[in-house]
Amino acid sequence: MAILRPAGEFDTHYARDMATIRRPWQWWLLFAFILALYTLPFYGSQSLVSLVNRIGITIIAVQGLNLLTGYTGQISLGQAAFMTTGGYISALLVNNLGWSFFAALPVAALGAGIVGLIFGLPSLRVKGFYLVMATLAAQFIIPWFTRNAFPDVLNRAQGLNVQVPVLFGFEFNSPQRYIYLTLTVLIFSTIAAHNVSRSRLGRAFVAIRDNDLAAEVLGVNLFKHKLQAFFLAAVYAGAAGALAAHNIRHLNSETFNLTDSVFYMGMLVVGGLGLDLGPIFGAIIVELLIEGATLFGPFFISLFPSTAAGAVQALRPLFFGITLMLFLIFEPRGLAHRWYLVKAAWRLRPFSH
Amino acid sequence: MNWQLVPQFAITGLLAGGPIALTALGLVLIFKSSYIFNFAQGQLLLMGALVTWWFSVEHGLPMWMAILLALILSALLGLAIERLALRPMTGQPLLSIILMTLALSQVLQGLALLLFGATQRNFPQLFSAANPYRITTPFVFNDRPVVVILKQNLTWSFVVALLGVLVMGAFFRFTKTGLAMRGTSEDHELAQSIGLRIHRIFGLSWALAGVVATVGGILLATSSGLDLSLSVVVLAAFPAVLLGGLESIPGTIVGGLIIGLAQGLVAASKAPIVRNAAEIMPYVVLLIVLIFRPEGLFGRKRIERI
Repeated sequence: MAILRPAGEFDTHYARDMATIRRPWQWWLLFAFILALYTLPFYGSQSLVSLVNRIGITIIAVQGLNLLTGYTGQISLGQAAFMTTGGYISALLVNNLGWSFFAALPVAALGAGIVGLIFGLPSLRVKGFYLVMATLAAQFIIPWFTRNAFPDVLNRAQGLNVQVPVLFGFEFNSPQRYIYLTLTVLIFSTIAAHNVSRSRLGRAFVAIRDNDLAAEVLGVNLFKHKLQAFFLAAVYAGAAGALAAHNIRHLNSETFNLTDSVFYMGMLVVGGLGLDLGPIFGAIIVELLIEGATLFGPFFISLFPSTAAGAVQALRPLFFGITLMLFLIFEPRGLAHRWYLVKAAWRLRPFSH
Repeated sequence: MNWQLVPQFAITGLLAGGPIALTALGLVLIFKSSYIFNFAQGQLLLMGALVTWWFSVEHGLPMWMAILLALILSALLGLAIERLALRPMTGQPLLSIILMTLALSQVLQGLALLLFGATQRNFPQLFSAANPYRITTPFVFNDRPVVVILKQNLTWSFVVALLGVLVMGAFFRFTKTGLAMRGTSEDHELAQSIGLRIHRIFGLSWALAGVVATVGGILLATSSGLDLSLSVVVLAAFPAVLLGGLESIPGTIVGGLIIGLAQGLVAASKAPIVRNAAEIMPYVVLLIVLIFRPEGLFGRKRIERI
């Protein structure tokens, strides 16, 4: 993305040239936005707060997928499986070993990352459809493992009841309280994802995406970087999974399923592949669509009486699928790309090109 | 291992491999001509079965007519999908095409749920469920001869599936259209430059895939009932396709049978944890194939150049 800067703005040293946030008013705007999010429980309705909470967790998962699919170009349908891994690790540490959630969260993320590494191993030999299949295998094998292995610990298909995180006696036991947790992790994950994307690691990822053979010839270690991408994606998924598990307070092998993995991929495309804003835009738009499906449900039930209760379940994939198809045909680079174009057009006004 | 049950489970597994092979055939048909891996094949199959049910049960048409109408409709659906969803994707990166078929699967799943509802349907029995075939094998175990029971519906769906694969194989091998399709699969631009209308060929392969999916859907629905979960059979067909090789029509049969057999044999085990592994067996096989022979048994190895 060519960066267009307003006239009259000169950088006097490199640190300023590289800065993400360039002007004082942008700092103020960011501060106000974050403040507005953190104070949301005081003025937002309960459903709005829990929606924002859910969107926040989804954004974290999609950010991980963006590092793997958007930057590195490795297509993965296993994101939900890594979320399951993270959720189970965190739930077990808190429930059975009495750990604090805040110690369990990083361990869950790391554990999911290691599992991600294992399922990333085929990526050196195979790509394209074949890699999709390998990650799809993760999506079947990991939930199967939680259903069948160690029945006295993992409790088979019933799954686990997950405890509420507690910090100095403050219980995060409702969306109004949980949202602080989600937002804090989200801020860290966004900063980390942005820094990965503009460092050497991120450029190596992009080189692999654009042409892996050429990247290898140029001296990018393919195996190492593909595995790093899988690791990072699974770490993000693990953190998101742990957050979601403690939010829903129940976890089984179907909490995060194949449909979720497909939805995350779709969110990424709708938002914009390989752009930092992509996961944020995509997750918000698609989650709002799903909310819309819930709102439109009663209306559709009157149109299609044969579905009755299933209408909401039917509208969700239908809305999502149609949106994704329209984006793929008309705006394959996603909303974030359109956003950059609008910004550029604004800066160049009145000369549109 | 439960040795008494092994022959029975092996045979049942092999028979179950028939519909898997037929689903895999639908995937290969599209992949061979247009280089698209169709993640929506399971939903095509579901749609075919639902439409057949709708014609025969809701409207009381005779079964052969219902099947015929469903086949025509599914061919049209295949054509429509190619024209509306996949043609704009020509020349787009692989990721977009994969996501397009994934989006398609979501749309079709949603449509099926919206139009037909999630209730379990009684699909008309094409083959009688009573009087299974009994075959006494020459093996003797614990002084008793081992008897293998073949359910009629499983056996006949296996036969139909096998026939379907053979017919498709012959079509590709011996007809002019089949030759054109094989040519298109080699190189789209080259095929176009010698005067093949590749979009017509893509459309044809999608229509054929729709027809094959409907046949598979009907066979599965008569043997295991009809509801929205019918589409999950495709999840066993993906590994079968990769095992057989993405471009190979005989490979679908071999892949389907191996996957079915593996599932059957694992289910014969005495240890419950191994028995439960039957559901993920296709994916365990898949991972082994990916690590040791990514091009599959009969697929072509591709050499990449910059």
